[in-house]
Amino acid sequence: MSLVEVTDLSVGFGSLRAVDGLSFTLAEGAALALVGESGSGKSTVAGALLGLHRGTGARVTGSVRVAGTDVRHASDEELRRLRGARAAMVFQDPLSSLDPYYAVGDQIAEVHRVHTRVSRRAARARAVEVLDRVGIPDAARRARSRPHEFSGGMRQRALIAMALACGPDLLIADEPTTALDVTVQAQILDLLHTLREETGMGLLLVTHDVGVAAESVDDVLVMRHGRAVEYGPAGSVLAAPAQAYTRELLDAVPRVDARRTGSPAAAGEVVLEATGVRREFGRGKRRFAAVDDVSLTVRRGETLGVVGESGSGKTTLGRMLVGLLEPTAGGIRYAGRPHTGVDPAVQMVFQDPVSSLNPRRGVGESIADPLRAGGERDEQRIRERVTGLLERVGLDRAHYDRYPHEFSGGQRQRIGIARALAAEPRVIVCDEPVSALDVTTQAQVVALLGELQRELGLALVFIAHDLAVVRQVSDRVAVMRRGRLVEYGPADEVYDSPREAYTRQLLAAVPALDPELAARRRAARGEPAAV
Amino acid sequence: MSGFGGFLLRRALGAVITLFVVSVIVYVVFYATPGDVAQITCGPRCSPEQVHQVARQLNLDDPLHLRYWHFLQGLFIGQDFSTGTSVEHCTAPCLGQSYQSGRQVLDIIATKLPVSLSLVLGAMVVWLVLGVGTGVLSAWRRGRLSERVLTAVTLAGTATPVFVIGLVLMIVVCGELQLLPFPQYVNLTDDPEQWAWNLLLPWLSLALIEAAAFARLTRAAMLETLAEDHIRTFRAYGVGERAVVGRHALRGALAPVIALNANNVGSAVGGAVLTETLFGLPGIGQELVHAVKVVDLPVVVGMVLVIGFFVVLANAVADVLYAVADRRVVLA
Repeated sequence: MSLVEVTDLSVGFGSLRAVDGLSFTLAEGAALALVGESGSGKSTVAGALLGLHRGTGARVTGSVRVAGTDVRHASDEELRRLRGARAAMVFQDPLSSLDPYYAVGDQIAEVHRVHTRVSRRAARARAVEVLDRVGIPDAARRARSRPHEFSGGMRQRALIAMALACGPDLLIADEPTTALDVTVQAQILDLLHTLREETGMGLLLVTHDVGVAAESVDDVLVMRHGRAVEYGPAGSVLAAPAQAYTRELLDAVPRVDARRTGSPAAAGEVVLEATGVRREFGRGKRRFAAVDDVSLTVRRGETLGVVGESGSGKTTLGRMLVGLLEPTAGGIRYAGRPHTGVDPAVQMVFQDPVSSLNPRRGVGESIADPLRAGGERDEQRIRERVTGLLERVGLDRAHYDRYPHEFSGGQRQRIGIARALAAEPRVIVCDEPVSALDVTTQAQVVALLGELQRELGLALVFIAHDLAVVRQVSDRVAVMRRGRLVEYGPADEVYDSPREAYTRQLLAAVPALDPELAARRRAARGEPAAV
Repeated sequence: MSGFGGFLLRRALGAVITLFVVSVIVYVVFYATPGDVAQITCGPRCSPEQVHQVARQLNLDDPLHLRYWHFLQGLFIGQDFSTGTSVEHCTAPCLGQSYQSGRQVLDIIATKLPVSLSLVLGAMVVWLVLGVGTGVLSAWRRGRLSERVLTAVTLAGTATPVFVIGLVLMIVVCGELQLLPFPQYVNLTDDPEQWAWNLLLPWLSLALIEAAAFARLTRAAMLETLAEDHIRTFRAYGVGERAVVGRHALRGALAPVIALNANNVGSAVGGAVLTETLFGLPGIGQELVHAVKVVDLPVVVGMVLVIGFFVVLANAVADVLYAVADRRVVLA
């Protein structure tokens, strides 16, 4: 009998059909990935396996059997016994998925005690055991820590430990590595792999990242608009996709080993120059340098990529380049003269298009802000200019009076770009402009930036943690670690023959699209170390 | 908790400064009050000479800074008062002497404060149990009939003045049903049982109104925490609904409750005038209202300082409770 049997599953919320007639099976000990872009219904399927939609008003039809339990018709008590004990779920956001008020060990012990009638003491011991198993150093002591005292990677390990606590037959992992840095992501995926080999549990992995799926599973189910597009062994689906959508999806995935397509820009004169910049935060003993002695130049018409993991100082550097932050030491020069404070010629596109637009104002007004700040008072001219910008970034002029929540993530990022363009800048610093977007949308936004660059001769600084995206867009690359420049040079040189060990380590952690290559790389990485 | 000593020290210093500023403001405001204090103190039938004598005796003709200086002197080194025939010494800390009765302010506070504290702390227990309980229940039963009834009741509670609730309670419980005698304050030290019985109705009427606010606050905070990701985690792990609501959601909802409670306790020490008046409880609030009416400056200043002290204290306690409830909070 299969571990999971889903037949003709549909889930509806109000008038929306999130999942539409989906069927799949998962054998004992096997691994399946649900791959799709946001809104494809993949997380809804994961929730339906545990009956999490019960009592929320969602309409669920079809049949769902997990570890011998008919999830749709089980009593609340039967469902409660399934959850955690037979099938355990690892959630996407390790920051918010643990209770901030209780010690990590106590939370795992609580879950363990719900399903086994053991003493508090035994449950605590079990919590320490599983925390140790997932690679938390000094587990007995760290079990008493609260979630905020853990790093992102450690929190994700703790969530996996909670899932392991009752020895489930099925592990459901909903985007388990999306919030993590690439090296930590590799460690977590390796950990899931080892645990599966050890315990023989089945894995249902939900992800938007085809690379993550290739690294981890036997079968792949590609989803779109709640339906199955393609379903089969990972090797064949990813190597020789039968469906057009799957091919599209795979083509949109940026490759870290592919050279930049399109002609390298004819780099002009230096427009922006940082010399020995340093920025400190905090006071007294807590004082630390987020950016330390960084020197780089940006030329007209070229793209400088800045990569690094979280905490490497790349955002701080970007804000200094724009003039939002003053350097503690060193200087920034724009067009040969010292650059202090903000300058309309150097603009910024922010990471989060949701929170960087005022939700209570129409987007046209937001785009018009730089114009008004620049002294423009003629409403007619402002409106003309803004509608022109909207059309330039691929939106409709009728969008002027709409509000940010009416747009998709990719459209919002286009609005952010239009706002940056309004001031007629010569340099745009983009801070993680595509990291919140799906791969296909990501490709469109990247293409738009490239077009604008060629057309307007813009210099771009492209800050991102995703090595493949940076390679796709950059002429030159700066690799940052702990506030310092580790490696800095032409993109192809840095990616093809990295000089520094850290750069090599970063590149090795990028998930491979080919399952066989992924397996070889995993063997080379060895047993995961703690983060 | 190495920072705890520092926290207390900073808080104590802050309290002293706050109280100092409050006392200055009260002095200035009352100095500027129109009306002849000596005339009011002496009474309507006093002759001009008598009024003049009273004014001299109470140093009412001294300039503002001198009178405040005497007040500070009394506070730190004690003060002598002439009663016309003899001299009475008031040891430090001396808050002065009532213009009206000639009693020392500290003595007045000592008799009034236990009454107010009895009322407020007892009512606090009632409003916390009732309010938080109702709030949790209505968040848990959201959308059902029982929740709608509870919401309606708490809304009605917020909208009803204390003297209406208090009067109704008295008429029904003491008058019609004769379950309790009409309340009359009994000292806790004299007879604890009678103390509690007599305070039962004041507690209830003060607490019912406050409880409504707590119920609404708790409900809102609970609904917010119930929508958080970590609640979903525990549900997905088969943890029972009672533990999810009682342990995880309630804990997250406590912070605003603690803050509101600190405010209410602090201000109710001097602000429960209506309840005190209605039930004839000789507390701080009643005394303060009377003292303001007759411009009895030393009593007003003393009472205001006591009230200020309790507001500051309640907030410091709330900060400590915050840090206990949520380890991410750093006391500073």
